[in-house]
Parts: sequence; structure tokens; C-alpha cells
Amino acid sequence: MKKLFEINADYQPESFEFTKASQKKAADIIALYPKGRQQSAVMPLLDLAQRQMGEEGAKAEPPHGGWIPRAAMDHIGDMLGMPHIKVYEVATFYSMYNLAPVGKHLVQICTTTPCWLCGSDEIVQASKKHLGIGMGETTKDGKFTLVEVECLGACVNAPMVQINDDYYEDLTSESMKELLGTLAEDMKPTIGSQKGRKASMALSGPTTLEKQAKKAGVA
Amino acid sequence: MLRDEDRIFTNIYGWEEFGLKAAQKRGDWDKTASLIKKGRDWIIEEMKASGLRGRGGAGFPTGLKWSFMPKEPSERPHYLVVNADESEPGTCKDRDILRNEPHKLLEGCLLAGFAMGAHAAYIYIRGEFFNEGSAVITAIEEAYDKGLLGKNAAGSGWDFDVILHRGAGAYICGEETALIESIEGKKGQPRNKPPFPAMAGLYSCPTTVNNVETIAVAPTILRRGGSWFAGLGRDEKNAGTKLFCISGHVNQPCNVEEEMGISLKELIEKHAGGVRGGWDNLKAIIPGGSSTPMLPKDICDHVHMDFDSLREVNSGLGTAGVIVMDKSTDLIYAIARLSYFYKHESCGQCTPCREGTGWIWRIMTRMVKGNATVDEIDMLWDVTKEIEGNTICALGDAAAWPVQGLIRHFRPELEHRIMEYRKMVA
Ligand SMILES: Cc1cc2nc3c(=O)[nH]c(=O)nc-3n(C[C@H](O)[C@H](O)[C@H](O)COP(=O)(O)O)c2cc1C
Ligand code: SF4
Ligand code: FES
Repeated sequence: MKKLFEINADYQPESFEFTKASQKKAADIIALYPKGRQQSAVMPLLDLAQRQMGEEGAKAEPPHGGWIPRAAMDHIGDMLGMPHIKVYEVATFYSMYNLAPVGKHLVQICTTTPCWLCGSDEIVQASKKHLGIGMGETTKDGKFTLVEVECLGACVNAPMVQINDDYYEDLTSESMKELLGTLAEDMKPTIGSQKGRKASMALSGPTTLEKQAKKAGVA
Repeated sequence: MLRDEDRIFTNIYGWEEFGLKAAQKRGDWDKTASLIKKGRDWIIEEMKASGLRGRGGAGFPTGLKWSFMPKEPSERPHYLVVNADESEPGTCKDRDILRNEPHKLLEGCLLAGFAMGAHAAYIYIRGEFFNEGSAVITAIEEAYDKGLLGKNAAGSGWDFDVILHRGAGAYICGEETALIESIEGKKGQPRNKPPFPAMAGLYSCPTTVNNVETIAVAPTILRRGGSWFAGLGRDEKNAGTKLFCISGHVNQPCNVEEEMGISLKELIEKHAGGVRGGWDNLKAIIPGGSSTPMLPKDICDHVHMDFDSLREVNSGLGTAGVIVMDKSTDLIYAIARLSYFYKHESCGQCTPCREGTGWIWRIMTRMVKGNATVDEIDMLWDVTKEIEGNTICALGDAAAWPVQGLIRHFRPELEHRIMEYRKMVA
């Protein structure tokens, strides 16, 4: 689900400014690309705007997560010498840019085939039930938005979800509910495997790299 | 089975730190300058001799690809672009290199970049890999700090920069020209070819795009020699070691580095704890990421995991993302879900893909229920054939192949579903 870009919606602020800290970051980002190619910075700057909104949103009451107001797109276009419409094109093309407010925790459940084979349906059900919302909806307290997403590139740790920047893997309905409970209390859950395995090693232990495994104490 | 001494990725599970100190202990950045001093031609010849084929899906010979970059210096800079977009369902190997072995990738960037006359590499990482990207940035900073990147990189006399560029959610940006568009700050829509990137790629300059794994294995190949790598695997065209990702209905899903050409059954039984409920409970396997056609059990019984063996059975090694499905699986839904994926990810530029992926998905949705006619199975086949080969990029093919695999091997299952549906509504 991607919320449509509603240019005149009432949630759109009049203006957008990068903070001092963001301005410094933006200058560093633009310097990464060759002279005259500053348009390459449009994606990192959209991300920067979204993160700044997210940081402010985390402290707001009710809270919200990162999203990109139209005013931020215009501002970025002006910074990079790009027509505003070109910035809108980029912002609407990529799925990670939220173009309308989202919950403080954006819960993205992967339901593509490898995750589905390992029970992503149950994760979807458990999440909906626990949060009392449907797909694409945000809880009343502004804490959670629930969306379905495509393969996140962690298929051997299926089923899995991404919440803001972090992956939570090897989930069950139970561990998913626990995860949401922890986040609701503004505590930080352990990221990665919820069954305690390291990266993509077999849960029962490694089948290769004997010497290294012994040294690491996992054999 | 591959011997541990021949494994390239000794920290693939992240048992040790990914940072420079630990990486150097594992052998990364060992006398990199001496490899560069041997010259551009030596590196390319050694890569050709190794038999390495691109690990991003298409399997194009890597040494040959590097040799396409213009030899004569010109005004236009050359670029290496590393494809870390990893979004093909079933595939999650580059992620482990990025977070646990980033220095192998960076050293590979310098060696590959030098061999193609590039002074800069852009690593394009999918935006969702936030933590993996942060690991790569840390590794880049360490490398600059210690003089391994930047001016006179690693004391080689070659200046070299590496820049990380984060994507923002779009499978299509894994296609190399869409990826280039994306770095240029545009929508990720594939370009018509020619011109090929080696002539006009990033900022219209000569560019080579390679997968993360392709670049990350290069330093070890160059240190140990192309003949060492070529000596592993099935034959000179299917050589070396390979990272496999085994997901779905196995007892122990995992990533593992194995020898190219290992039998599919051995791969699953040795490393993934076998099929859930035993090998006989197997129904079908998608052998190389979601776009490769599925194989029924009788083929899985004896097929080997390499480019040519899998091509011989009308499938492909692709990204080596092995998706295992046991007898309990609704195969029609499993494929319909992939059809949804491709419809969702089509960039919409060409009509056969934009319309065709939607069409396939709608018919597949009815096939899941059985609310279709037997004729429509043939029609579905025809639609996939109309798309295949008629689009700007291979996403069209990728959408067509899984459905073709289903019809080729499981047509009776589709027909049965239709009959069951009729009985139910009658
Ligand atoms: C739709 C589509 C998606 C792709 N996604 C990826 C990807 O995520 N990673 C990758 O390395 N190659 C991907 N490729 C293949 C690249 O276009 C390109 O062939 C590859 O990066 C070349 O690297 P290699 O020669 O090292 O394999 C994709 C191709 C298509 C058509
Ligand atoms: S084949 Fe599909 S994804 Fe590729 S360029 Fe055409 S419309 Fe876009
Ligand atoms: S299918 Fe869910 S991470 Fe790949």
C-alpha cells in the first residue's frame, strides 16, 4: 500500500526547512556526486527529509513516523535545481517514500512466496488482531501503521517483517505479538532472528566452516 | 562437498566482526597493491581463466564483461557500479556479504575498478537494507582512514573512491540500466539497449554493473589464481564456489557457500536439514530465485545446481535462491503470488509487460479458485509467450517464466482445481 500523493490535503504543512544538522548532512551528500550531477542527491535528500519528519514525529502527540510533505519536495527541487515535477516523479516511484503521515512504527510484513510458504499469513493475522487495524491502516494512538510489502531479501529467515529501519526474522504469531507489545511500550526489541540464530546460519548449527565455528563457539 | 579451505566467505554468518582489523586477519586487503602492479590485462585474463560468471542472475562471463570497457583513455571517466539491490524473491546472499564481509566487496571494487580504468565505484544498495548499508559505510570509512581507498589506494598508485547510494524500494532498480537511472536521480526505468553501459552508462560514461557476489569473490580469485577457481565446480563454464540461499519447506533454511554443480538433493540434505517431512514429501522447487521456472520432484531428484544443468531442464541457476515446496503447498497460489509481485514491480514503460503482468495475475487469481476454463490455461500460456522477448528489460520474461513452469509441469493440477470449482458451484 502506498498512500497517494495528495497535494492539497489538510495534513500538508505550508513549508518545510531542513534543520541545521540536516543541512550539513545534505551538503555532504551532494558532495558525493560529480559536479553538475547534483540531481543524483535527490533520493538521499528525500530520505533525509523523511527521517527529519520521523524524528520530529516521534516526539509529537500523538506521534507519527517519517513522511515527506510536498513542501519538502519543492524545497529539495530548489536546492538541486530540479523542476518540482521531477522530484514528485521520483518520490512517487519508490515505495519507501511515505507521502502521507504514517504511524510511529511502520510495520511492513513481507508476504511474497518464500515468506508465505513459512507462514506469513499467520503473521498478518496476528498483527491485525493485536493492533485492531487492517492493512494500510494506522492505530488511533498514532503508534502503528500496518502494510504488506514485497520480498525484503531475507527469505531464509522467513517469515519476517521490517519495522522502520530494522528487520525482525524467524517470527511466529507469538513472537510477533511480543514484538508489537515491546514497541508499544517504547522499548527496543532485539533485532534480527527472534529464534536467536546468527544471520542466515542453520538454526541447528553450521554445516560448514568447522574451524571458524569452533572459534566462535557455535559448533 | 566443498572443502573449508576452498570457501571464500569465511565470515558469512557474522561470527566475527565485519570491521577492517578482523577482515585483514581473514586475509582481506592482503598485498592488494601487488595484484594491481601486475596490470590491467593480467587481472582481466586471470578473471577470464577463472570461469567466473556473473552472480546477479544472467551469468555473463565476468572477465569478458570487464574487457568491454574502452581501453584508450578519454575525457569521460569510467565507472564501476555494484548492484546490491538484491530483491529477487528467494535471494538473500548479498545481504550477508554486505553486513558480514564488506571489505571483500571494497577490495573487489578497487581491483575491478582498476581493471576497467575506473576511479570510482558506486554501490547501489536497496533502501530496505538500512543496517547492511551502515555496515558498508563503516567499512568504507575504515578503508579511507587506512589509505586503502582514496588517493593512491592501498599504495597501488591508483586513486579510487567508493560511494554508497541507497535505493528506496523498487525491484526494477536491480535491472542495470534502471539502476543507473536511479543513481542519476530519476525514476528507475530501464533504458533501451544499445547503447550498452560499457559505452554509455552512468552519466553517459563507460560503466560496468556487477553483482555484489561477483565483485566480492574477485580478490580471492586473483590471490589464489584463476585456475584454482576454475578447478572447482562442474566444468570451465560452471566453475567455482557459489552462495546458495535455501528457503521454504526445509527443516533448516540457511545460506551456504558450496561448489557450483552440487546436486540439488545434496545441497538440501547436507545443509538445510532436508525437506520438511523427508525428501519424498517434496512437491516442487524453484531453483534460482522467483523468475526461474519450478521443477517437479522427479527432476529435483537428480538435477545439479549450475547454469548449464538447470538450463537443460528448462530452468536456470538465476541467483541460486532455492525455494522448496513440500506436498502441502498450493502451487497455484505460490505462483499467483509471484505474478502479483511482477505486476506490482513492472515499471509500466512497455505495453506487453504493463498490461501482460496484470493480465497474468488476474487469470492466475481465478486459477487459484478454479474459476476458469481449461482453454484459459492455453490462453495463459500464450500470454506469457507474447510477453517473453518483447519488452525493454527482462522483467517481462521474469514474469512469464514461473507461470510457464507451472503449466509445463503441473497442468493437471490446474485442471483439477477447475473441475473441483465446478463441482462446488454446481
Ligand atoms: C528485473 C531485474 C531485476 C534484477 N535485479 C538484480 C539484483 O537485484 N541484483 C543483481 O545483481 N542483478 C539484478 N539483475 C541483473 C542485472 O541487470 C545485471 O545483469 C547484473 O547486475 C550484472 O551483474 P553480474 O554480471 O555480476 O551478474 C536484475 C535484472 C532484471 C531484469
Ligand atoms: S519489461 Fe516491464 S519492467 Fe522492464 S522496462 Fe518494460 S515495463 Fe518496465
Ligand atoms: S519473501 Fe519475504 S524476505 Fe524474501
